[in-house]
Amino acid sequence: MTAVEKARGLEAEGVVFRYEVDESDKVLALAGADLEISQGEFVVVLGPNGSGKSTLAKHFNALLLPDEGDVWVFGMNTKDPELTWEIRRSAGMVFQNPDNQLVATVVEEDVAFGPENLGVEPGDIRTLVAGALKSVGMEEFHRHSPHHLSGGQKQRVAIAGILAMKPKCIILDEPTAMLDPSGREEVMKTIKRLNEEMGITVIHITHFMDEALYADRVIVMDKGEIVMAGTPKEVFGQWKRVSQVGLEVPPVGQLSRRLWSSGVNIDPGILTVDELVDELCRLKSGI
Amino acid sequence: MISGGILVGQYYPVRSFVHSLDPRAKILISIIFMAILFVGNNFYAFAVTGTFAVLAVTLSRIPWKVLIRGLRPIVFIMSFTILLHLFLTPGHAIFQIGPLKATLPGLIQGLFIALRLIILIIFTSLLTLTTSPIELTDGLEDILKPFSRIGVPAHEIAMMMTIALRFIPTLLEEADRIMKAQMARGADFESGNMFQRAKSLVPLLVPLFVSAFRRADELAMAMEARCYRGGEGRTRMRQLSLSAKDYYALGLTIVMSALVVYTRVRFGPVIPRGTV
Repeated sequence: MTAVEKARGLEAEGVVFRYEVDESDKVLALAGADLEISQGEFVVVLGPNGSGKSTLAKHFNALLLPDEGDVWVFGMNTKDPELTWEIRRSAGMVFQNPDNQLVATVVEEDVAFGPENLGVEPGDIRTLVAGALKSVGMEEFHRHSPHHLSGGQKQRVAIAGILAMKPKCIILDEPTAMLDPSGREEVMKTIKRLNEEMGITVIHITHFMDEALYADRVIVMDKGEIVMAGTPKEVFGQWKRVSQVGLEVPPVGQLSRRLWSSGVNIDPGILTVDELVDELCRLKSGI
Repeated sequence: MISGGILVGQYYPVRSFVHSLDPRAKILISIIFMAILFVGNNFYAFAVTGTFAVLAVTLSRIPWKVLIRGLRPIVFIMSFTILLHLFLTPGHAIFQIGPLKATLPGLIQGLFIALRLIILIIFTSLLTLTTSPIELTDGLEDILKPFSRIGVPAHEIAMMMTIALRFIPTLLEEADRIMKAQMARGADFESGNMFQRAKSLVPLLVPLFVSAFRRADELAMAMEARCYRGGEGRTRMRQLSLSAKDYYALGLTIVMSALVVYTRVRFGPVIPRGTV
């Protein structure tokens, strides 16, 4: 296939990757993963620990290169060293620990880090930084020290740091894992807004099942392979398979299925509180 | 017990003439001042450097209280120096304690050195008190840049300082957390002699180092993901620019230096050679 045909979005083709523990011992992290993500999509990747989801994410940022197969990012093959920086600019990455990805002692300095690395003119950096901080709702904190921010705020600053590079895609590697519930919600709403308003492709890796409900498409990984894919309803509808790989259907989903199996006339595939409320109200008024 | 006040809390944020100077000018003035302080070898020189320091402090609008507090750690060294000079300099005795003979040249020499230390500490602490850590690193990077041709890693030094400053509070917090966790399990950090106390720090330092290395690893990956590839081709959002007041300040420093050199030539050392 030519680069032009690949220009749609992000693509992994039969990616195999092994981590080297020592010279003789290698651990297989990805066993031939195939994935296609189109531009503007919101994809959530689920999977138990060690399923290879973080490893796959790092391939889309050219932080890791496949042992076998290819990864294409907006038509660029990650194996081409000439394209590494353009790939990292267009597919930015946010990590789990908010403390370990902020570089500078002042919020705006940190957001400026990416554009500075790209050699953007100082005047333009100011504009980019102000715009990025505004998109994540952190503009009033621009002179603050990251140390004094909450976890959710730190992650939003980290997201702004990526946005300042004007990416087409943001890859988030368990950005909510170390946050409290309100911080998680803050981050999830920010991501969702970026996806809807700015059309940024989002690949969100998480082990919180309820976060999968934000997605257009859910991907489930297990033992280095993609085992399930589809809309949240399609994936969690196969609740037996979901629990086989060690995951759980979100609580509301479990509730509606149990109501359904005990004879209540509702759709067992309901996953959100709002839907369940509507359905129950419909039932009540229907009687 | 562990406080972050040593390095980070030093900056004293008020608006003043000295605060508004370019960090490069301030670093340069500090270096010149330090050198010239050691060129001056009599009390006339101190009149000049002292006046300059007092002027700088007044213009910086930093309360003297803050600066005097900064002198506290050197009180011991200062008294020790004065005593050593007082009793060990040969000359005419002013009083005697046992075999120790206090001399007049010793007293003068001791006071002279103590005064030099005081001025040195006050003036150099003015640099960190009036310059925020970011300005300081920016200024340092810029000053070192010309030397990068002869192999001075200017950008790397500045980046290291930035990261160190960024992670000092994080690591202090972590040390505190580990300490509390160890104390909850019966560790004792506060009793025993110096050796025992040092030994009790091992279970604190080991996890702290392990976690610092893990952080470093993650930070490196995050930096790489944000296209960091060293100082080459990198721009800076903050631009430093020298203005008229920086040139005035530098000019004044040069005038002050010239005066000190003059006092050295004109009056000679505080204790003339050959008198003792």
